Amino acid sequence: MYVAVKGGERAISAAHAWLDETRRGDPALPELTVAQIEQQMPLAVDRVMAEGSCHDRFLAALAIKQAKGDLIEAAFLLRAYRTTLPRFGVSDPLETDAMRIRRRISATYKDLPGGQVLGPTYDYTHRLLDFALAAEGAERAEAPQSEVPAGAVPRVTELLAREGLMQREEATDAEPGDLTREPLAFPAARPVRLQNLARGDEGFLLALGYSTQRGYGGNHPFVGEVRVGHVTVEFTPPELGFPIELGEIGITECQMVNQFKGSRTEPPQFTRGYGLTFGHGERRAMSMALVDRALRATELGEDVTAPAQDHEFVLYHSDNIEATGFVEHLKLPHYVDFQSELENLRTIRAALAREAMQEAAE
Amino acid sequence: MSVLTPGFADPVLDAQAIFRAVLEAMSRPGRIQRAGAGLQPPAPMMPSAAAVLLTLADSGTTLWQDAGEDAAAWLRFHCGAPFADAPGEAAFVLATGAPPSVAALNAGTEEEPERGATLIVQVAALEEGAGWRLTGPGIEREHRLAVTGLPPDFVAAWARNRARFPRGVDVILCAGERLAALPRTVAIAEG
Amino acid sequence: MAVLARASGEEIAALMPKLPAHERLRAPETGLVMVRGRAGGDGNAFNLGEMTVTRCAVRLGETVGHAYVAGRDKRQAELAAVLDAALQDPARRDALMASVIAPLETRQNAAREADARRAAATKVEFLAMQTTR
Repeated sequence: MYVAVKGGERAISAAHAWLDETRRGDPALPELTVAQIEQQMPLAVDRVMAEGSCHDRFLAALAIKQAKGDLIEAAFLLRAYRTTLPRFGVSDPLETDAMRIRRRISATYKDLPGGQVLGPTYDYTHRLLDFALAAEGAERAEAPQSEVPAGAVPRVTELLAREGLMQREEATDAEPGDLTREPLAFPAARPVRLQNLARGDEGFLLALGYSTQRGYGGNHPFVGEVRVGHVTVEFTPPELGFPIELGEIGITECQMVNQFKGSRTEPPQFTRGYGLTFGHGERRAMSMALVDRALRATELGEDVTAPAQDHEFVLYHSDNIEATGFVEHLKLPHYVDFQSELENLRTIRAALAREAMQEAAE
Repeated sequence: MSVLTPGFADPVLDAQAIFRAVLEAMSRPGRIQRAGAGLQPPAPMMPSAAAVLLTLADSGTTLWQDAGEDAAAWLRFHCGAPFADAPGEAAFVLATGAPPSVAALNAGTEEEPERGATLIVQVAALEEGAGWRLTGPGIEREHRLAVTGLPPDFVAAWARNRARFPRGVDVILCAGERLAALPRTVAIAEG
Repeated sequence: MAVLARASGEEIAALMPKLPAHERLRAPETGLVMVRGRAGGDGNAFNLGEMTVTRCAVRLGETVGHAYVAGRDKRQAELAAVLDAALQDPARRDALMASVIAPLETRQNAAREADARRAAATKVEFLAMQTTR
């Protein structure tokens, strides 16, 4: 129950002023610019764009600055901003096989067309704090360049599918559901699930993905492929009737390859879990792919035994903006609620005390 | 295609002003509001009808219209609303000629009555103070509105529309730069 | 249009100091486009998330120019729309292609090429090791 109370205005405005001051930090230090955040904290920007479900590097960087680096708060700011904009329409589906690749690795084949391209990765760093970074103006080594080999970079899943060992994805012209227009309903179709996971909290997806590896709905996965790079976004304006290029966006894609024991209608084969996210987010794309595969359990005739396979559990709790809203709302005044609980407790205690007295008297 | 004319000069502020006018018209059935001054939509579309569609129709709403190729191109460009194949499938229906029967339009469902269609009808003239006697929510006693150019069976069809409440169709009557609304709650008696 | 969609308003303006007189059919406006992916990369479409897009439409004489560009750069959208209209005019096309589009394209290709070369330098060349048992 909520009761309107007044009286916090002065305190709130003082709190806002102090918030601004703490955001700025020591005024003797130069202020961070949005461009610096955008350029020098690109992975934070990518995460905010993914969870804010809105691709705009500058806005994400601004949100990070405003939120003092709280990435969930930043994603919240971005989500709130996007509601003020009209929607022009929907893009044509991204052609991820035509990606301009910065990184592409496969754990299933050592030698594969297109090769293993490491890209700008932390994977082989030693995780030793680099104190050279603490010194400003340190010399920066330039990344080496070499001849670009000719040839296509086909999807690993396509190589397997050609041999009949990988289940083909269903590809229809069906219009996918849209969580920004229609509330979640169950059973949720795969396109809606993928949209939900794509904007889900990275920590939640990571923990669920990890749980599937540790045996909660286990299904031994292989990274068929992770690719990071840029794709062209094409959009068909209704007044033109033909697709035009809006520009390029950075994305990360993960194809997880999983065993499937087969069913009455299908032979044993591999199946896919799929992850796709704005920007460079491998942990996120891989976790999404693990959870996507786990959520396909019912469709593939597998037993649903683990949290990661439970549609309602996963899809209702993946969104960190909803989650933070509901958890943090507990901070709001519940004075009347609590008074009634207190009253209740006192009444029960008084009744118990009377009973005890009576028993003692008898 | 004829030469494409501009839409709102300021898409945000103009759309807000028209939204306010439509809200006012729906809240006070039969009261005339002004809308669309300065717009030059392709004939036979009137400025008020064009202003309403610029404000309410977008890529998320389906549209059906009978105003011809030039108007279709203009609406496609400025609103981006996908065209429905039949009036019954559209969220917004623009009638510049004889309007389709309200019974043939989407009336929403009991769970989601807000999905009922809005019919925008262009008429020859709108005048307050004479003609129909309107009663219902938003009208203190009764309000009089004279509409020239609607089919003779409109009032009878309207009574049937009203009987479906909360389902039903809402109507916006447009004449030049004037408009008046008939939300599904209003009752019409011939004057 | 793809070249203009990838260039900033500032870059285009630097190559096109004088903007021909034009009428705004639709003033520059920022909105969203829902970006779609496909399940498994090649399956059914799903909604990945939105991106900011700015559009503009202008009339240059009898020609209409349209632009939809990623981001919120209104100047870029207007310049791209004007150029879209101007490039439809055979009398102006070649000169504009040479003075505006070609230099932008060269710059963009160089940046992409450098990116591809950096990626190529991180490609693993496996060496067969002696197998021990």
